[in-house]
Amino acid sequence: MRPINPFKQTQPANDPAPSRWAYRMERLWLTPSFRRIVRVGMPTFLVAASLGLYFSNEKRQVAIAEKYAEIRRSVEERPEFMVKLLAIDGASAGLNSAIREVMPVDLPLSSFDLDLEAMRKQVESLDAVKRVDVRVRAGGLLQINVEERVPAVVWRGPDGLELLDVGGHRVSALQSRAARPDLPLIAGEGANVAVPEALALLERTTPIRDRVLGIVRISERRWDVVLNRSQRIMLPPLQPDLALDRVLALNEAQDLLKRDVTHIDIRNPDRPTLRMTSDALDSMREMQGIKVNSNQ
Amino acid sequence: MTDLYQSQRAMRNKRQAAMQRGVIAVLDVGSSKIACLVLRFDGPESFRDSDGIGSMAGQSSFRVIGAATTRSRGVRFGEIDAMHETERAIRTAVQAAQKMAGVRVDHVIACFAGAKPRSYGLAGSVDLHDGAVTDNCVARVLSSCDVPDYGENREILHAQPVNFAVDHRSGLGDPRGQAGNSLSVDMHMLSVDRAPIENLLYCIKRCDLELAGIASSSYAAGISSLVEDEQELGAACIDLGGGSTGISIFIKKHMIYADTVRMGGDHVTSDISQGLQVPMPTAERIKTFYGGVQATGMDDRDMIDLSSDTGDWEHDRRTVSRAEVIGVMRPRMEEILEEVRVRLDAAGFEHLPSQRIVLTGGASQLPGLDGLATRILGQQVRLGRPLRVQGLPQSVTGPGFASAVGTCLFAAHPQDEWWDFDIPVEGYPARSLKRAVKWFKDNW
Repeated sequence: MRPINPFKQTQPANDPAPSRWAYRMERLWLTPSFRRIVRVGMPTFLVAASLGLYFSNEKRQVAIAEKYAEIRRSVEERPEFMVKLLAIDGASAGLNSAIREVMPVDLPLSSFDLDLEAMRKQVESLDAVKRVDVRVRAGGLLQINVEERVPAVVWRGPDGLELLDVGGHRVSALQSRAARPDLPLIAGEGANVAVPEALALLERTTPIRDRVLGIVRISERRWDVVLNRSQRIMLPPLQPDLALDRVLALNEAQDLLKRDVTHIDIRNPDRPTLRMTSDALDSMREMQGIKVNSNQ
Repeated sequence: MTDLYQSQRAMRNKRQAAMQRGVIAVLDVGSSKIACLVLRFDGPESFRDSDGIGSMAGQSSFRVIGAATTRSRGVRFGEIDAMHETERAIRTAVQAAQKMAGVRVDHVIACFAGAKPRSYGLAGSVDLHDGAVTDNCVARVLSSCDVPDYGENREILHAQPVNFAVDHRSGLGDPRGQAGNSLSVDMHMLSVDRAPIENLLYCIKRCDLELAGIASSSYAAGISSLVEDEQELGAACIDLGGGSTGISIFIKKHMIYADTVRMGGDHVTSDISQGLQVPMPTAERIKTFYGGVQATGMDDRDMIDLSSDTGDWEHDRRTVSRAEVIGVMRPRMEEILEEVRVRLDAAGFEHLPSQRIVLTGGASQLPGLDGLATRILGQQVRLGRPLRVQGLPQSVTGPGFASAVGTCLFAAHPQDEWWDFDIPVEGYPARSLKRAVKWFKDNW
């Protein structure tokens, strides 16, 4: 008989049975949720908490930020990344100096500090530049490829003479008409918006090229072709090219422009009108036998 | 009866919950070993489209994911004798099985052999009101069975409807929908002592487990080691355990009788121990290595050393012939089988159409036992091993694990029991309402 003694170990030495607590712990450990918490949740929490504690110190944050900036700077300022030269291709001498003037950077500079897009915008804002292409090339070269605007007409606008390109965009100002006698002249308010139309009309006036002084936009609506000997061809707003062709055909057939007329008004294509000089008017009336002021 | 109904229903609900969770443990509390299997039920449960009489659920696919066995301590005759030792043994088995499964189990279905099971055949009959059998009629006929006086301090372990008859057509498995005027039922009821069940409950509770079902191990051994046609045509399963020998008789796939003989392999060991004057472990070893029931001329010359460590030279160097060992074992085996024979005769086993007898359990591995059993029990004796279930380790496929495997099958495919059916509607509440109405009528 075993003595009934609560303090004596009741479990015999060779009993393989787990103690109640060992059994309970084992069961707890086999609980999936508990297992997940211990194996995933607790390490994650510990790492997150220790990192959080470490970084919550303001001094440390500043020190880390400074160290980071320093390392970054040291990498950026390596000679391999430095841009030393500015090369501009495709620009005339004037434009070249203008671009160099507007470039917001002074070299040498690290290529990390270059904002190529801003530079491109900056250069493109120059009137004379049609298209620009900025890139950093090997060997510390900042390459800017420029396509210049080609002036096509001279515009006598409200701010004086200006050079416009084919699309009507301003290229530059012009001191005097005589500086660019090779370009046709356009005038009138709103003429710069309709440069392609003006160029098309001027193209048709080739037969009377030596007589054309320019083309004037009237009321931002229609054109007048101005010739020397103070003659004008007033074109309609719609299909001015056909009307101009008619006038030129008339000129071809009957030498209209050599006659003593001041205005050829074809604003209404159905009813072309001529305005003659007063002398011509008088002589025409004489020919018709109309006595004008004969009594006078 | 009603509180039993409730407690069994509660166990059923727990089992259902455990199956929904997917893991359940099976515990075989035997006299010589305690086995624990952990089952995993995978896949969604597919309930049968008609509810009511169906078995609990259509759980078909289960898999054994953990198995452990430990030497039983504190169990005698299949009943718990020393609670704390048994509790520790259960803990050992459950922990090892859990460790193998890698998952915690909370619900356990237990089976045990002892507690003096006693079978009763119940009959009930009821008139059908609307000419056809409905679910409610089945519940009514089950509750109409007149329950015998099964004694104080006893509990009902199984109560299974075995046979239904509508009018004079008998042998119906599922009478629902049949037309007729009266429905009668035969029910098999198994009662056991209450104290062993309470002890088992206490032990399992001390292990932080919940009991989700309880089965008689002779029933469990029957469903695992009888093949289908044996269960259908009539057979008896003799589960030769360590402390007790279970008997269950099956016909038409239902158990109709169960009993235990309170003798088993441990008694053979103690006979050897007493007869040869050796300690129990040595006797067990001799029984396992050299045991038999049929002596031959060769066995007289086969000498066994009875080495012991007493210090007495003469005593330590005794030898015994194998024939002598067999001479000790055979009478005890004969006694056990004779006792089985008596129980089978009492149950009317000879009237069954087929009288197949299947020997299983750990003691059935004794060489030559089938020959001896043939002499005592009849010609149709075979040795049975439990059904192969998925994932069962090789080490627990022997006949000693018939009741553990049977409890797995019991967990997966529970047979309809009385408490699976609803309480009939015409019960106390309706009558009390009627009484209230009558009281109102009388007084106003």
